[in-house]
Amino acid sequence: MPQPDSAFLTVRNLVKRFGSHTALADVSLDIRAGELVCLLGPSGCGKTTLLRAIAGLERQDSGAIVLSGRDISYAEPQERDYGILFQSYALFPNLTVAQNVAYGLSGKRAHRNHVANRVEEMLSLVGLTGAADKYPGQISGGQQQRVALARALAPSPSLLLLDEPMSALDARVREHLRIELRALQKRLSITTLMVTHDQEEAMVMADRIAVMNGGVIEQFGTPRELYRQPASAFIADFVGEANWLPFERVDTHRARVGRQELAVDEALDGKSGKLFVRPEAVRVSMARSEEPNSMLADVLDGVFLGRGYRLALRLEGVPGSTVHSIVSPEIGDALLGPHAASRCWVELPRHAIRAYA
Amino acid sequence: MPAWIGALGLTAGQGALVLFLVLFLALPLLAILAKSVTDSDGAWAGLSVVSGIIGADGFLAMVGRSLTVGVVTMLLVVPCAYGFAYGLTRTRLPGKGLLRTIALLPLLAPSLLPGIALVYLLGNQGLLKGLTGGATIYGFWGIVVGEAFYTFPHALMILLTGLTLADGRLYDAARAMGAGPWRTFLTVTLPGTRYAVFSACCVVFTLTVTDFGVPKVVGGDYNVLAMEAYKAVVGQQNFPKGAAIGILLLLPALLTFVLDRRLRARQGAQMSGRAQPYAAGANRRRDAAFLALAGVLAGFLLLIIGVAVWASFVKMWPYNLSMSLRSYDFDNMDGGGWLAWRNSLQLALWTAVIGTAVVFVGAWMMEKVPARGSVARGLRATVSMLALMPMAVPGLVLGLGYIFFFNSLMNPLNLLYGTMPLLVLCTVVHFYTSAHLTAATALNALDPEFEAASASLKVPRMTTFLRVTLPMCLPAALDVARYLFVSAMTTVSAVVFLYSPSTVLAAVAVLNMDDAGFIGPAAAMCTVIMASSATAALLLHLASRALVARSQAWRRPVAL
Repeated sequence: MPQPDSAFLTVRNLVKRFGSHTALADVSLDIRAGELVCLLGPSGCGKTTLLRAIAGLERQDSGAIVLSGRDISYAEPQERDYGILFQSYALFPNLTVAQNVAYGLSGKRAHRNHVANRVEEMLSLVGLTGAADKYPGQISGGQQQRVALARALAPSPSLLLLDEPMSALDARVREHLRIELRALQKRLSITTLMVTHDQEEAMVMADRIAVMNGGVIEQFGTPRELYRQPASAFIADFVGEANWLPFERVDTHRARVGRQELAVDEALDGKSGKLFVRPEAVRVSMARSEEPNSMLADVLDGVFLGRGYRLALRLEGVPGSTVHSIVSPEIGDALLGPHAASRCWVELPRHAIRAYA
Repeated sequence: MPAWIGALGLTAGQGALVLFLVLFLALPLLAILAKSVTDSDGAWAGLSVVSGIIGADGFLAMVGRSLTVGVVTMLLVVPCAYGFAYGLTRTRLPGKGLLRTIALLPLLAPSLLPGIALVYLLGNQGLLKGLTGGATIYGFWGIVVGEAFYTFPHALMILLTGLTLADGRLYDAARAMGAGPWRTFLTVTLPGTRYAVFSACCVVFTLTVTDFGVPKVVGGDYNVLAMEAYKAVVGQQNFPKGAAIGILLLLPALLTFVLDRRLRARQGAQMSGRAQPYAAGANRRRDAAFLALAGVLAGFLLLIIGVAVWASFVKMWPYNLSMSLRSYDFDNMDGGGWLAWRNSLQLALWTAVIGTAVVFVGAWMMEKVPARGSVARGLRATVSMLALMPMAVPGLVLGLGYIFFFNSLMNPLNLLYGTMPLLVLCTVVHFYTSAHLTAATALNALDPEFEAASASLKVPRMTTFLRVTLPMCLPAALDVARYLFVSAMTTVSAVVFLYSPSTVLAAVAVLNMDDAGFIGPAAAMCTVIMASSATAALLLHLASRALVARSQAWRRPVAL
């Protein structure tokens, strides 16, 4: 058994080009045994290519893939040890649910009883015992996904690959299955690599997220690290919502934004750049605030979210700027009512501000 | 099973397919080229043979006649087929199924049938001879009418496909903007089907120019290229001349084929996945008009077929119209008799079985197996080019190529010449492209991840092919088998150069009996061929329905 902390799947310096397009530019990644890692990124960032290279469905131009201590860089898909769940599920429509789940078992000349038991075990694992004799076309999309998962897991692979598993489902089913899939993965403690373009899905499910852009991994860390200490402007923008304010440096901890001067905890190195702050970190109050980095702002617009409002604000002295803030229902009501002042005080806490080139 | 055995098997399979296509398609075609630049002793003659033939008296006039026949037939058939197809797809005329079946009936008969029927109707002793006003059917108009009958279903199938692919939203938009039916037709329907029209024109033209069945029977003195090539090879044993004409016939076919593929590739993006099917609204006058048109055309086709069938049962046309089976007494006349019919059945059966297997496995290896490494990619590129080529090669040219290649004493495959296996291989190659495209379309409709999913489950490719791919493509496979069977049953153009006395075929027997003046028996043999093709087509259709009902339970959705 591999040690929990050592790398179970290692990808080293992977390069893959399609003609003049570079899909993977020197990608390296270490995944520990039992963890769920998400490959997150916009379309065309190379995340699916990376997954397909690990699956052996795409041959890399250079670089190595090591699974459980074994170099599988040039192994055929059949010789690697993984189960895969495709976006389309790729269930065989002419075979029943049970036959689909047994598909990877029957080749091994296992005893019939053994196969039947395993199929039953897998179907009860995904909660579909009653559907064994149905055809894939006769069950719902969510059920199809579970059958595909049962089929992938039936031969007890050591690695599970998920290729945008939720994208074919409607929003409500998706949210439910996310939690279910994650619970199952934890229960089996199977090492899992999942591709998604949905940052919320990645945040909910992953132990660690590798954010990809333009064929490289821009940051690899826990959801918390990505959200709180995004390594680049791209990550900050792609993971969660962001406010951006162009600045010029005054000194190491002071930046000029429009006619305002803001204090920041982070040391500023560049002469100029963009300041970043999350909407929920922007504090809004009706009364004058004595905190540093406080200023007046006009309310441009407000969207009711149920548990609060998202306000669009224009900072005084920063023409053209729009800063979003998540505020409580009380403050939102007061600022957006028919006779509201539509002016408020805004504080950008210095510890919540990060600067990017 | 270790993966390398599977990989080795696949490479061997791909290699075998390439070898098959090279041996039975590419090399025979090269043999024609070689033949056309050598003199009768086999010495290098450069272009002198070709230029000598082209420069000969009356040759250019013959080219002109071939072109005229091709163009006139095309101008006659394509508008008619368009109207017919439009009626079937864009109106609510009654009896669509019946009309469609009648329109496709000519496919079941050899191209000699319309010629024979015309002779019975309007020939020197024709039933309706009086109507021609002294003009003769032997010659230009006889050829055009016969070819029109023969090419009509080919044009119709292409136009039906083109007209079926209609985006209903465009019609709604045109109507919403106030366009009348005529303007809608000119601005939406016609542009949307222009590639199909072009394609149909190419097919009709090429089929007409390269067919010698109709000119053989009703051509009279009106000599055309295809007929000249046939006479040069079969009559005069003048192989270089046959080769030169073969190459001339290959040129327009290749040209239209290349243009057609280009246009088709461009058309790909025209239909988006969000297109809505078009449903014709109610319009009595339109339906009545199209019913009249389709009725007249179907009547013409039925008349031709009916006359041939009827005449085959008549004692002494046109003097004694009482019924008799005299014409069916094949064993007591020249031409090959019932042996020819049995041979044809055998050819059709083997072509259907072997052809379907080769085409499906071949298409699967090309479409579903990843090509890694330069050797595999090179093989695949070669196969995909060779698989499309037969469509551009007229049967006449293919047959000539086979003579030159397999009849050569230097070729160790010489012993195949004149045997049933060579006839089967030639027929498979002759009809390879259409069958291949049908198979490839069916395979590409499957989820591309099936193979990847199987690989991840460590299941060999072959298992997935047999357990999933093939069962899912069964209806398409049966379609391919039916197409190959009927084509093999009716074809004359390539096999006429390749049979021996023991492997004479029914369609060839028709040709020979007509040649010998036994027109009644020729009509009878046509009738037997049609009946056999129809029976086989019907049986395969029923088998397909039964199989789909039995083995394809998964196609039936059940309420959730």
